Amino acid sequence: MTENVTKKFLYVNRKAPYGTIYALESLEVVLIGAAFEQDVSVAFIDDGVYQLKKDQSTDGIGMKNFSPTYNALGDYEVTQIYVDKESLDERGLTADDLMNLVYEDEDDDYAEKSSISIVNRDELAKLMEQQDVVLSF
Amino acid sequence: MTLHTVNKSPFDRNSLESCLRLARPGHSVLLFEDGIYGALKGTRFEQLVTEAVKSNSIYVLLPDLEARGMRADKVIDGIKTVDYAGFVNLAAENTRVQAWL
Repeated sequence: MTENVTKKFLYVNRKAPYGTIYALESLEVVLIGAAFEQDVSVAFIDDGVYQLKKDQSTDGIGMKNFSPTYNALGDYEVTQIYVDKESLDERGLTADDLMNLVYEDEDDDYAEKSSISIVNRDELAKLMEQQDVVLSF
Repeated sequence: MTLHTVNKSPFDRNSLESCLRLARPGHSVLLFEDGIYGALKGTRFEQLVTEAVKSNSIYVLLPDLEARGMRADKVIDGIKTVDYAGFVNLAAENTRVQAWL
């Protein structure tokens, strides 16, 4: 007997890229998980917000620049990306410092829309409380 | 003289704070890997690091800045950018290297 159950998944990212493997591993898990057609959200909190910094260029450190891969999330229907405003603020960052991640809304004539929402702590706490599964990286 | 190295984000660990608390005036401090976030303007740690610049030579590794999408013009005034060769020179010029993991 098979049953199609859609659960709400939240991936919580709290680590900077490159210094540890967490950011890359999380991105890979999110993309793999997207194949299972669940209701996926991704949150970037604390140093996790640095993962979305635009203009990353890893030529000088001999590591793969995986930041362009975040652009693929929209094509995998991962369109709910939440960024903690307080984490941006204490790092001197604004939404303009982040990559422009978008998706095509098939319910709105494939209009291109931003996947990123800048949220406050209440909105984040509420989002977390709504989940069936929370995965932390 | 001592070269202190910090490779952890100040938001994630207290390595930078401990380093700056215990580094003697005149010692050098190199920020690299995730430590580069401590070298940037606009963060919660800017004032701490701006104070440290007055008594210590502080360096940041440029390839690690660029990897993380940051540019030299976002670095706190008085901090010098270095490449890997500069890192090696700093290690060679000092009598010891103390890593703050």
